[in-house]
Amino acid sequence: MTMAAIDALSWVCLVTGGFFGIVGGIGLLRFPDLFSRFHAAGVTDTLGAGLVLIGLMLQAGWSLITIKLVLILAFGLFTSPTATHALAKAALRGKVKPLLRRKGT
Amino acid sequence: MFVAATTAILVTMALALIRALLGPTVYDRVLAVNMFGTKTVLLIAVFGFLTGRPDFLDIALAYALINFIAIIAVLKFFEYGDLGQSRPSRARRDRT
Repeated sequence: MTMAAIDALSWVCLVTGGFFGIVGGIGLLRFPDLFSRFHAAGVTDTLGAGLVLIGLMLQAGWSLITIKLVLILAFGLFTSPTATHALAKAALRGKVKPLLRRKGT
Repeated sequence: MFVAATTAILVTMALALIRALLGPTVYDRVLAVNMFGTKTVLLIAVFGFLTGRPDFLDIALAYALINFIAIIAVLKFFEYGDLGQSRPSRARRDRT
């Protein structure tokens, strides 16, 4: 019973993580400027990767594999904001202006 | 269901690749390549489970580290135009 429940929960996590990944990808394509595209990339790095890795952890159970998955998740949660911050700073120094109003108005 | 997660990650990687090819500025391309790299880590992890051999997680961990270092190095290059000397004026003063 509990095994089936954990299995179902892990499938829900995997499918939801994949959904957030696709949503972030569409946002990366369709958002109008660089600084709003950071937002879409952040969705895939936190919710997408987090849910997929939690789903894999539920599949693996208590083992060395789970520890490695936790390491990947923790490392991703540390490096993704750092890379985004460095990218935003470099873009501002590189004279990229944020889009402050809609195009055409 | 691992197939569904793998397909979703592949679609996301394709979308990021399209943005990397389109991207008006170089920072858009770097952002898309960074996202492509993190999705590659996820793809390696899920693919190990899909084939029933979750031994690829070490490769995924190493890929995450290399991806982060590569993004920081590329950004430093575009910000300063140089990888080694971030303060050329001070280096010149030390030499004299």
